[in-house]
Amino acid sequence: MKANMVQALNNALALELESNPNLVVLGEDVGIDGGVFRVTDGLQTKFGKNRVIDTPLAESAIIGTSIGMAAFGLNPVAEVQFSGFLYPGFDQLISHAARIRNRSRGRFSCPLTVRSPYGGGIKAPEHHSESMEALFIHTPGLKVVVPSNPTDAKGLLTSAMRDPDPVVFFEPLRVYRAFREEVPDEQYTIPLGQAKVTQQGNDLTLISWGSMFRTSMEAVQQIAENEKYSIEMIDLRTLSPIDWPTIHSSIQKTGRCVVVQEAPLTLGLASEIMARVMEKNFLHLKAPVQRVTGFDTIMPLYKLENYYLPNAERVKEAIRKAMAF
Amino acid sequence: MPLTKIADFGVSRLSILDENGKADEKLLPKLTNPQFLDLFTWMTLLRIFDDKALKLQRQGRIGTYASSLGQEACTVGSAFALKPQDWTFPTFREHGMFFVRGTPIVKVLQYWGGDERGSQSTSDVNCFPVSIPVGSQPLHAVGCAMAMQLKKKDAIAVGYFGDGGTSEGDTLEAMNFAGVFQAPVILICQNNQYAISEPRSLQTRAQTIAQKAIAFGFEGIQVDGNDVLAVYKATLDAAEKARAGKGPTLLEFFTYRMGDHTTADDSTRYRTKEELEMWRKKDPILRLRMYLMAQGILFPQMEEKIIAECVALVEKGVSDYENMPAPQPSDMFDYLYKEMPPALAEQKRNFLSFLSTQKNNAQPNKTEGPGFP
Repeated sequence: MKANMVQALNNALALELESNPNLVVLGEDVGIDGGVFRVTDGLQTKFGKNRVIDTPLAESAIIGTSIGMAAFGLNPVAEVQFSGFLYPGFDQLISHAARIRNRSRGRFSCPLTVRSPYGGGIKAPEHHSESMEALFIHTPGLKVVVPSNPTDAKGLLTSAMRDPDPVVFFEPLRVYRAFREEVPDEQYTIPLGQAKVTQQGNDLTLISWGSMFRTSMEAVQQIAENEKYSIEMIDLRTLSPIDWPTIHSSIQKTGRCVVVQEAPLTLGLASEIMARVMEKNFLHLKAPVQRVTGFDTIMPLYKLENYYLPNAERVKEAIRKAMAF
Repeated sequence: MPLTKIADFGVSRLSILDENGKADEKLLPKLTNPQFLDLFTWMTLLRIFDDKALKLQRQGRIGTYASSLGQEACTVGSAFALKPQDWTFPTFREHGMFFVRGTPIVKVLQYWGGDERGSQSTSDVNCFPVSIPVGSQPLHAVGCAMAMQLKKKDAIAVGYFGDGGTSEGDTLEAMNFAGVFQAPVILICQNNQYAISEPRSLQTRAQTIAQKAIAFGFEGIQVDGNDVLAVYKATLDAAEKARAGKGPTLLEFFTYRMGDHTTADDSTRYRTKEELEMWRKKDPILRLRMYLMAQGILFPQMEEKIIAECVALVEKGVSDYENMPAPQPSDMFDYLYKEMPPALAEQKRNFLSFLSTQKNNAQPNKTEGPGFP
């Protein structure tokens, strides 16, 4: 089928609701409204109010009750309407979802998926545009996934819903309806923890995820017009656990690396990637690892958001800097 | 030991002006004719503003906008009952409160136009900025009230939230603190029956929202939220009580959101035309108009003049907004800390120097994506 990311996610949820009787979808406006972005459109009509549940407006309760459901035989897929509204539920995620397996020495587990749109570029109000994935990556016990295209979104969400541990699944708002592509009709999984090398190259490794993958691609296409750099592109897809072998073997080949993240600079995932690349590949490096990030500022309201968001120009500048070193 | 009833509670509802504009004379608040007309004018202004803002959004001249159509009495009536020294803590649907308390129209447009300067209110207007996360701001209102109490100031605080907000733990914690510390605060729930698509019945099994106050040890009253006189009187009474050191009050303004949740919502997906029509008959402006006409306080010529003045004010606000120079990109660095840390200052310098290499400093990203829901 031809599908954008919203339709691919909807399809993944529908197929999993059909094949797993223990799966429940819950959140604010996921029922009759089909989610504010329509990711759960039509699911309540098809699967009923016991499987697709409109909850009271309370993120802590949505995630907290999901933990109870998950520990007692259900596979909840909780939607938090925007990642900026995850924080009331953050305590439940970090204090309990991430810890219950460890705390109970394996007796209880938390097979829970928390879906949430993230990122800027859609002229939204405050709290609707941030990229705060690092908070969740930094929390031991959680897995964090960010797809960059409809096909990956479907396969990764299916894996997340079947994972025995809690997964935070961030959906890039800007990509939701940005393009359609051919997505397989049948159910399939893409394993968590596997990055994808989307383009082979020998001069430089360009690492990104989510909406920044498309920005990076744009930069690579533009730079190819005049400069003959051979760039290897990695779409991380899973941010925790991260696919280090793919990153290291690429760096060992290219010797140069640029990381692109939409999130603020300090202690973003790019920081960790740079540290590990340096630890593991010091003698392979031909240039300092570069990063293109948001700033250490609050994501501005929409009149300034395009100044905040990394763009192709900034990515090209970083590529040139690494190549010229 | 017998099973003994140890407490008994009731919940009252205040209504003064009925749908036909007939007032209960015994409950009528003491207002002068100019004050009655002020209430009418503010509500009219808000409705004209709302209509204009929806058009501006459709034309791409502002971003996502949350209409307050049908809820004019709630924000206007409550703000009208406050003193300038009191503090208000709004959600994103209290434009009427901002206007009544003295915020220029241009500021509200700037806010919805994605310009942070819209939240930079003048120092003589005691409003906290809009808080988007649902149910987060009642706590700030209670904290402010506790500060007023400790500093022995003659000021109270008002925290606004919606029916959806009553499901958030923070709102209930705010009520609890308000009760425990007898804070001089009014907690105002604009119960407009919907949290985006979810009807009030999905938020609580309780018959009223007002009764939630009982569990926290203070009074809660349901008020006809489409009756500006009831809203005004209930707020005034609660304010006097708070000022007298007699603690908090929860006011449930029972109203209806006539528009979509925001311009990104489509309410036809989850409610019926019949329901809308039923509420249209309860229009808050219409009933005050009928009352004022019957009393001879308002007459057609005067109404025309008021409407013309409101239109002019809104148009002036729009032109002020559109003539405003764009915010400086560096602005995003400037308000994080009182003193900018050196590392952040360096980021700012690098950003500005990168920007100077870009053609005309043009905004370099194009927006793709679905638009905000």
